[in-house]
Amino acid sequence: MPLARRIIPCLDVDQGRVVKGVNFVGIRDAGDPVEIARRYNEQGADEITFLDITASHEQRDTTVKTVERIAREVFIPLTVGGGVRAISDVRALLNAGADKVSINTAAIHNPDLVEAAAARFGAQCIVVAMDVKRVSTNDEPPRYELFTHGGRRPTGIEAVSWARKMAAKGAGEILLTSMDRDGTRDGFELTVTRQISEAVDIPLIASGGVGSLEHLADGITKGGADAVLAASIFHFGEFTIPEAKDYLAARGIEVRR
Amino acid sequence: MTSYVAVIDYGMGNLHSVASALEHAGASRVVVSHDPDVIAQADRVVFPGVGAMQDCMAEINRMGCDRLLKAVLASAHQPVLAICVGMQALLEHSEENGGVDTLGIIPGRVNYFGAGLQDEQGQRLKVPHMGWNEVVQTSSHPLWAGIENGARFYFVHSYWVEPSDPSLMVGSFNYGVTGCAALARDNLFAVQFHPEKSHLAGLQLLSNFLTWDGICL
Repeated sequence: MPLARRIIPCLDVDQGRVVKGVNFVGIRDAGDPVEIARRYNEQGADEITFLDITASHEQRDTTVKTVERIAREVFIPLTVGGGVRAISDVRALLNAGADKVSINTAAIHNPDLVEAAAARFGAQCIVVAMDVKRVSTNDEPPRYELFTHGGRRPTGIEAVSWARKMAAKGAGEILLTSMDRDGTRDGFELTVTRQISEAVDIPLIASGGVGSLEHLADGITKGGADAVLAASIFHFGEFTIPEAKDYLAARGIEVRR
Repeated sequence: MTSYVAVIDYGMGNLHSVASALEHAGASRVVVSHDPDVIAQADRVVFPGVGAMQDCMAEINRMGCDRLLKAVLASAHQPVLAICVGMQALLEHSEENGGVDTLGIIPGRVNYFGAGLQDEQGQRLKVPHMGWNEVVQTSSHPLWAGIENGARFYFVHSYWVEPSDPSLMVGSFNYGVTGCAALARDNLFAVQFHPEKSHLAGLQLLSNFLTWDGICL
């Protein structure tokens, strides 16, 4: 397949600062999202995802200004998510320079927001983010449901049917995060990744749990993901983007060099 | 050669990415406008586009950008770069939104990739065509200068351009179909991908546009 699989470093940003730690050699201010985004751009990342985890809605201006600064210097696609609740939030982020906007909890409370946003701005710029956990026991067929509030609050919504519904509402892409794996470095939750990738016709980004380059490859070859997202393995300088691409290419996966 | 660039704004969203990439590529000045006088004064013109075709065409026509663009193309001394939906709008008809008549500047159609899209090996291909794909330079052109044949550019679209005259095509991509990645005629160069989001290859293309005299070969 000629289309390259995408490697997407993710910046979790709180009040304008990257959290979860970043350790690039030569970066003076380790928490500046603009400097970090520029570095990933130079390394050859295929895309950058910026997740605003700021709790209060009053800090949104900081996010918009940071996105503006990144967009002036980064010439690869930029996805921005976190706290997007209304069409006006989508518009503000797109105007600030985001190429795609990710909608998560608000899609659960108001699925029509996805439809309205896709109709207004185009499906290509609307990403639906899903945080899922396995709810079945080991003896049962695997079943996953959506959770909110960082994986603490169940919604009772089954993951695969939700992904289908969001695709039908006009989402252009799914960002799937396993809350069971997020932060564990145990690798992607491949079963649900495969289930959803096969269920929808839109691209799927796998997220949550990457601790090695092998995990990135598994997300693509076993999970069927179109793109793989990771934070800590890149932030802490364990691997660079070119190293990740070399590894994937050696595994026979198409990458952009 | 001067590089004062006007980006035609017909109200369909963020044009800052295009503007800042042009500045980064070396434009001396970039204005985002739909004022015919401002655009007439520019050395070169960018016709961008995002969003759904029906809304785009409604805004293009409402703001008089159809006449404006035709005048710029006819003037011959202003090189024009059309991007993504801006390229698609140049054709005669698009299948998007149940069928939309477009500007008719380039004979041909804009087709949906279709459900059940597959590659040569029978693997299912997802729509939109989103990501970095190889662009084969099917004809030489000044805007390809310094860009490797087969370099990857960033695409995001569900509809693809098919010009009636295949000789207008200067670049192709393969995604279930062989589609038009770039076409050129006189002072017009149009691309389906997003040079402003295509990292070094994209910036090189924009840089080439800023020094192009508007003549094919």
